[in-house]
Amino acid sequence: MLVAALYNYWIVIALMMIGLFVVILGGNLVKKIIGLNIFQTSVFIFYISVGKVDGGSAPILTEGVELYSNPLPHVLILTAIVVGIATTALALALAIRIKQAYGTIEERDIQTRDSQC
Amino acid sequence: MLAHLPVLQVILPLVAAPSCLIIRKSGLVWLFTFLVSLAALTVSALLLQQVIDSGVISYHLGGWDAPWGIEYRIDILNAWVLLIVSALGTVVLAAAHTSIRRELEEGQQILFYTLYLLCFSGLLGIVATGDVFNVFVFLEISSLSTYALIALGRDRRALWAAFQYLVMGTVGATFLLIGIGFLYMVTGTLNMQDLAARLPAIGTSTTVLAAFAFILVGICLKLALFPLHLWLPNAYAYAPSVVTAFIAATATKVAVYLLIRFTVSIFGVDFSLSVLPLQHLLIGLGLLGVLTASVVAVYQMNIKRMFAYSSVAQVGYMIVGIGLGTAAGLQATLLHLFNHALMKGALFLALAGVVYRVGSANISAFRGLGRRMPWTMGAIVIGGISLIGMPLTAGFISKWYLISAAVDSSHWLVALLLVAGSLLAVAYVWRLVEAAYFHSPETPDKPADEAPLSLLIPTWLLALANLYFGVDTRLPLAVTEMASRTLFGGAL
Repeated sequence: MLVAALYNYWIVIALMMIGLFVVILGGNLVKKIIGLNIFQTSVFIFYISVGKVDGGSAPILTEGVELYSNPLPHVLILTAIVVGIATTALALALAIRIKQAYGTIEERDIQTRDSQC
Repeated sequence: MLAHLPVLQVILPLVAAPSCLIIRKSGLVWLFTFLVSLAALTVSALLLQQVIDSGVISYHLGGWDAPWGIEYRIDILNAWVLLIVSALGTVVLAAAHTSIRRELEEGQQILFYTLYLLCFSGLLGIVATGDVFNVFVFLEISSLSTYALIALGRDRRALWAAFQYLVMGTVGATFLLIGIGFLYMVTGTLNMQDLAARLPAIGTSTTVLAAFAFILVGICLKLALFPLHLWLPNAYAYAPSVVTAFIAATATKVAVYLLIRFTVSIFGVDFSLSVLPLQHLLIGLGLLGVLTASVVAVYQMNIKRMFAYSSVAQVGYMIVGIGLGTAAGLQATLLHLFNHALMKGALFLALAGVVYRVGSANISAFRGLGRRMPWTMGAIVIGGISLIGMPLTAGFISKWYLISAAVDSSHWLVALLLVAGSLLAVAYVWRLVEAAYFHSPETPDKPADEAPLSLLIPTWLLALANLYFGVDTRLPLAVTEMASRTLFGGAL
């Protein structure tokens, strides 16, 4: 019952764990970035869920509607999505430069190449 | 004009950052950036003066009232931190031009100043704002520019360090975001003042506890509390020298400020230190950080890395001060915040001078440097003595306050271990002194070859500040006492 009613939060938790798992265990830098993205996306869904009011309509003033969903978390998460994109772009740019400097984007290879010199 | 000071503090560098790209000459950009940060410094000095004279300043962005609009709220605590950040940022910037010209390519220099100003405004924004979501946004502004600044380092390991920091920093910032979401769920507000008023009524629901845990871990990742410090040594070691000086002197300080703001002002001392066993956790991890990081520092070959580990140790001291949970402990933390910014600023700027002349920061490069670069080494020795905490230096004052705060709350073992940490600092500073003064240089007949004046003057300014604030302690003591008393007065 609880699982079904709060299914969106369970999705958030699942995505969060998958994301963190990939960030920690992914050996490839691009995989790490994807993991980071999934992790951040889970937080986006979390904020969107928080803003939803049961039975509330879209927050646009309409006659005869009393109950509205809360638009503020949605606005907040727009900002966070922009931040997430900037982070991804920067991370990918770094991955390209790492590829140029090391010739690989595998974490293990980078570490062995660093310890050699 | 005076009424708009709180927002000017943040807006000035934020608007100036993209303007750097219009000016194409690197010398001019440096001058422009320097003037902007000087203006920011003036603003923060005026703010501190205003707060001391007439109390808390509340500024409503766009004229929207507090719980709905974003409020910038300057009390004595953040006025103090604003002054530290802008002062250190300005002094480091004064030295930047010479060092950057040697370490970066022509095309990267202008980008460096843009990133510097972005990071600067992000850090000031975190401190100035009274809105928790705004904190997240500014945290990301400063973090993203820091990753890029670190990646400017010449060594390819700088790229890898920046990437690792990016992953950890993003996880930390996202944790903060989750915590803020939980707080909004239970209170329906993002204003710090409002949160502090509404949280006690809610008590210790699971949501509040989860929010607290996420926020705490997120901030601790940012401030490199042991064992979440793994990103820091490489990032400090391979970033360009002035970048290291800048982030070592400011970024971790701002994170410590955030920790104080969240634990003491928003959640309240009662909740965070009494209801939860956080006191033991903070003191324990702080002490572990002091001891392990100091021991690791002794074995470092790269001196930038050595002082990076020492930064982890010094953050440990500040965390112990918060963990003590008394006004005296908090005052010690705030004092150490200031003093540590002074010493690490002086040390890393002096290292920038060494890298400028010798081209390396390895311990072997320091052999005989006492004769070759007497002034630079002199500054390093003063910084090192202050780091150890010998009397007549700034470091002594904050360690004295910290240890007496520990004794006052009858944490004898803590006081003892803090002294042991200082002894370890003697060990790693001594290694450097020994190499510089008691080993002959590899090429013995080289004449004195001092770092250029544009690097020496800022370095010595900070070194002398270490000595000055070790003797004349009126300003930091008065401000920190006022800050810790208002924080605890508001909470009790």
